[in-house]
Amino acid sequence: MSDANSELTPLWEVFIRPRTGLAHSHVGSVHAADEVMALQAARDVYTRRGEGVSIWVVPSASITASDPAQRDENFEPAASKIYRHPSFYDIPDDVGHM
Amino acid sequence: MYSQGLIGADGRTAEDQDFLNRFQARIDDEQKIEPNDPMPEGYRRTLVRQIGQHAHSEIVGMLPEGNWITRAPSLRRKASLLAKVQDEGGHGLYLYSAAETLGVSREQMTEELLTGKAKYSSIFNYPTLSWADIGTIGWLVDGAAIMNQIPLCRCSYGPYARAMIRICKEESFHQRQGYEIVMKLAQGSPEQKAMAQESLDRFWQPVLMMFGPPDSESQNTDQSTRWKIKRFTNDELRQKFVDATVPQAEFLGLTIPDPDLKWNEDKQGFDFGPIDWDEFWRVVKGKGPMNRQRVEARQKAWDDGAWVREAALAHAEKRRAMAAE
Repeated sequence: MSDANSELTPLWEVFIRPRTGLAHSHVGSVHAADEVMALQAARDVYTRRGEGVSIWVVPSASITASDPAQRDENFEPAASKIYRHPSFYDIPDDVGHM
Repeated sequence: MYSQGLIGADGRTAEDQDFLNRFQARIDDEQKIEPNDPMPEGYRRTLVRQIGQHAHSEIVGMLPEGNWITRAPSLRRKASLLAKVQDEGGHGLYLYSAAETLGVSREQMTEELLTGKAKYSSIFNYPTLSWADIGTIGWLVDGAAIMNQIPLCRCSYGPYARAMIRICKEESFHQRQGYEIVMKLAQGSPEQKAMAQESLDRFWQPVLMMFGPPDSESQNTDQSTRWKIKRFTNDELRQKFVDATVPQAEFLGLTIPDPDLKWNEDKQGFDFGPIDWDEFWRVVKGKGPMNRQRVEARQKAWDDGAWVREAALAHAEKRRAMAAE
């Protein structure tokens, strides 16, 4: 490629709020030189059919992610702690809805 | 696109058997593989190839249709066609971003398209000679694409599967707008109907080729099927497409240009005549009617856009410097 600069066009992660009352969720990414163009590109690419009412763009490089190799040590402990769930406790039917 | 995306894919992989077994167990358990998960190099390379070629197909696919935007016969048709072509661009971007999660850069993929190292669907190397071709492309090319893409929504690689779900939702509009165009022509004057028939005659075989080489010649199917990148074989999808399309053509009063086409009661599907695979390989290898123009158009877009990319980066840099002062 003759255009060495383009190697530097940053990547942005795009989050969209589908409608008020719902959280923004991740939909994909776009390349853009700055945050203004990233927002415009995200609007064009990800909201052509009323998918959202609000967009966040975040530089991909700013995201810190957990390591998939540590998935078990991070999340496995929760699996054995079934007493954290309401269904662990026996309540007689006569008590009614609780 | 799609089944052709595996052409040139290299599934060879060098990991130890223990690692491969653990990976295969996750796949067999229908777990999705996500970007930073450990994966065999052959899996990663196969997906980069397939997703990249799929993305290129979407982008190059804008060209044959873009050819008719300024000559659409009404404002309604023009608005639909603009929206469709814009969707194809969007689909390309979803797919490039899915491929980038595998550690390949956009620039690298663009370069591979422009140098011919990466392919795109053979169908886009055919010209759009009449307005009817815009209808035929929506009806048949997008119809074939949907047939191919629906199973990809369950592909084992998460980002690819998610991109495909978005794409499939949007693709249905493409097929319906195409069918509507062909229907208007088929129900119009004798000249209009002839135009629709002539377009179908030209596109039928190339559309069947979209599903890729026959299973007997397709080396990549086995490994890709085991890794659940691919869920149906090329011939299975081609058969499903023919079975779905024949009644649609009958409804229009158009004739599918295949003297061997007939219903087979035993297999509950249509038998159809041989496909010219020599033509297919000629087109894949660069000798189709429009290969040169397609790549030239992409090269021109890349070159003409260089100053825009550079200016945008320079502007961003200047704003950062001013904010830092």
